[in-house]
Amino acid sequence: MAIPNKPLGEIKAVRDPEVIEKEVDILIVGGGMAACGAAFEVKKWMSDDQSVLVVDKAAMDRSGAVAQGLSAINTYLGENLPDDYVRMVRNDLMGIVREDLIFDLGCHVDDSVHLFEEWGLPVWKKNEEGKNLDGKKGQKMGTLKSGAKPVRTGKWQIMINGESYKRIVSEAAKLAIGEDNILERVFIVDLLLDKNNDNQIAGAVGFSVRENKIYIIKCKTMMVACGGAVNIYQPRSVGEGKGRAWYPVWNAGSTYTMCMKVGAELTMMENRFTPARFKDGYGPVGAWFLLFKAKALNGLGESYVASDAAKAELEKYAPYGTAAITPTCLRNHLMLFEMKEGRGPIMMDTVSALAELGKSLDKKELKHLESEAWEDFLDMTCGQANLWCATNTLPEKKNSEVMPTEPYLLGSHSGCCGLWTSGPDYDWVPDSYKIKADNGKIYNRMTTVNGLFTAGDGVGGSGHKFSSGSHAEGRMAAKQMVRFANDHADFKPEIAQSSSDLVDMLYKPVRTFLDNCEYTTAVDINPNYVKPAGMALRLMKATHEYGAGTATFYQTTSKSLEIVMELLQVMREDCKKLAAGDLHELMRAWEINHRIWTVEAHLRHIQFRKETRYPGFYYQADYPGQDDANWFCFTNSKYDPKEAKWDVFKRDYVKIIPDK
Amino acid sequence: MPSFVITEKCDGCKGGDKTACMYICPNDLMVLDPNTMKAYNQEPDQCWECFSCVKICPTQAIEVRGYSDFVPLGSSIYPMMGTEDVMWTCKFRDGSIKRFKFPIRTTPEGSANAYQALKGGDIESNLLSTEETDGYQIPVPQATV
Repeated sequence: MAIPNKPLGEIKAVRDPEVIEKEVDILIVGGGMAACGAAFEVKKWMSDDQSVLVVDKAAMDRSGAVAQGLSAINTYLGENLPDDYVRMVRNDLMGIVREDLIFDLGCHVDDSVHLFEEWGLPVWKKNEEGKNLDGKKGQKMGTLKSGAKPVRTGKWQIMINGESYKRIVSEAAKLAIGEDNILERVFIVDLLLDKNNDNQIAGAVGFSVRENKIYIIKCKTMMVACGGAVNIYQPRSVGEGKGRAWYPVWNAGSTYTMCMKVGAELTMMENRFTPARFKDGYGPVGAWFLLFKAKALNGLGESYVASDAAKAELEKYAPYGTAAITPTCLRNHLMLFEMKEGRGPIMMDTVSALAELGKSLDKKELKHLESEAWEDFLDMTCGQANLWCATNTLPEKKNSEVMPTEPYLLGSHSGCCGLWTSGPDYDWVPDSYKIKADNGKIYNRMTTVNGLFTAGDGVGGSGHKFSSGSHAEGRMAAKQMVRFANDHADFKPEIAQSSSDLVDMLYKPVRTFLDNCEYTTAVDINPNYVKPAGMALRLMKATHEYGAGTATFYQTTSKSLEIVMELLQVMREDCKKLAAGDLHELMRAWEINHRIWTVEAHLRHIQFRKETRYPGFYYQADYPGQDDANWFCFTNSKYDPKEAKWDVFKRDYVKIIPDK
Repeated sequence: MPSFVITEKCDGCKGGDKTACMYICPNDLMVLDPNTMKAYNQEPDQCWECFSCVKICPTQAIEVRGYSDFVPLGSSIYPMMGTEDVMWTCKFRDGSIKRFKFPIRTTPEGSANAYQALKGGDIESNLLSTEETDGYQIPVPQATV
């Protein structure tokens, strides 16, 4: 039975889809941690006559970055001060961050973590003797909220048994908002501005990936939280392994693209994240460094981070490089430094670490330690566990290689690209961080477009939120959206485009396919169209070679940037001839569109910032090193939808929290 | 590490109201061939190896095979999902086997407290609903520049 050996796509697209029009007060686009936070919170503030809808491209139980599970919650303040949280994030991101947003997040994140535990997420605890108990055994110590001690791997992270993390969070979100207010498998692809009020969001349009249906949804206010951008640079594995992205492969930059296309201001889009992970399997290294105290060795077997050369290199990037915790980009920088000097590959010394820990543990404890090491993979990167099995790797007997991955764009992990949003309306927050809406009021986490909010990966300038912070931020935005809807009770959203215009735009790839597919004998090769899969490879080749991808050890030049901008321009033209024969392919067509716009923003920002702020993440070879005199500021950009023009500009950084 | 469906074991979720793997895949990869009533992964190079389809399949018909780019043949990892724990069986290329059991949830499925009856009081404050109930005081910076 040759099941897979047939044309892709079981749900054929038709020329004229059914159109479904809806109107709600509040629209939540996305289904990950931030959207689940919003879904949990929003009805607590809504009145009975207000309406809300969540629209998710996938199924909420397993959508977003936490779909697979997680082995740790990376942001839980507990006994720490939000002030110190700001200091940590600021140092990791080389000084330029939105301290108001970070502080504010630090005030609310623990409430979400307490809810997760109440809902059933197993959280590791310390017992009276200071030993680690897993999330089930640890229950006898009480809850975090009641004062039980979590197992910390660093100052901010706590260990969990998180295989079902997303299912648990989604369950509470769905119960809170009600199944009738959720649309799954509908991909929102474009936002719509109001016909009568300048710079006011009025709705969104998308299509079902299960049925030939287009959804046109009007709203008074909206949150867009669809994660970051993945598969935008050629990955290190280019066959089946393309899917083994570190961040979720389905994150298509939709958050940034959809918001920028209606004129929302972006910030720090030059910032990217290229995590160093176990090579190929992309398993997490955090627990190995922090929990098991393993060291990274260069090819000569030296612990290179402790070398004089490494210290000298870090001093070039003081005060960040000389801080107690080396920023993530500089840790990569040191790794690349070794590799480029011919002292690769970099190995995680799991053997010595486990041997050292074994000295103070009995047999049962050692068995538990082994289990912890495997769980770290099985909870969140199952494939790394299989790679160890396939290569007969036992971490106590064989070291594993570590390697920086291809670049990713995100705003919730150790990166900070995203939308420029309003901070909270406190007197300690500078006016330049507050965005005034049309009515003169400040709405926390609102973008520069009236009524358009974001959270999680969408909010720029404030990394290190991770899963818990994204959830809390979604809740914060939800409350503000209700407030916005209350304050705009009389606003009737009207969309400028007709529904047939919108259908023509969304289903263009389908019609291009149907009009031309019979011209050739091979459905993917046709001079009149390009398939999304081909365009995706074209984008990744261009960024890989010119946009500071792995091909050049993350280095680019002004001339390379010029070339890649030209290539992107042509890609944008060719995207008008994308073709999709089925609904899955139509989703891919819109995703590649979103990716190209997001990459353009990323590269325009790199072009604008004439320094190398994040060595280890990328290098602008014409402007090596940091130039604080000229570039200690935010890089923001704005696409003008009316004029179809970009503007990239500086915004002042304001230091709020003093150094210690 | 693309998922694959074992022909003999897949019944297309005939007894269910939806095809489980197709319902859950975060990247819309699992589809049902309506003629054979068997599911398959339509785009293996976009598979994130998240195991969502493996974990949800009611007939244990789905497994994963390591990416041909870099994973040698012969190993497998497989999760058996319970209501409170997951049991992983990790088979090495050399035939040795390890088993690990981890908790996944401390409460019965469906029992998450969504605080459906909770209504917030002050929309103008920056408190989240449950923080307001708890009487939480939002911190201010200890010092500012």
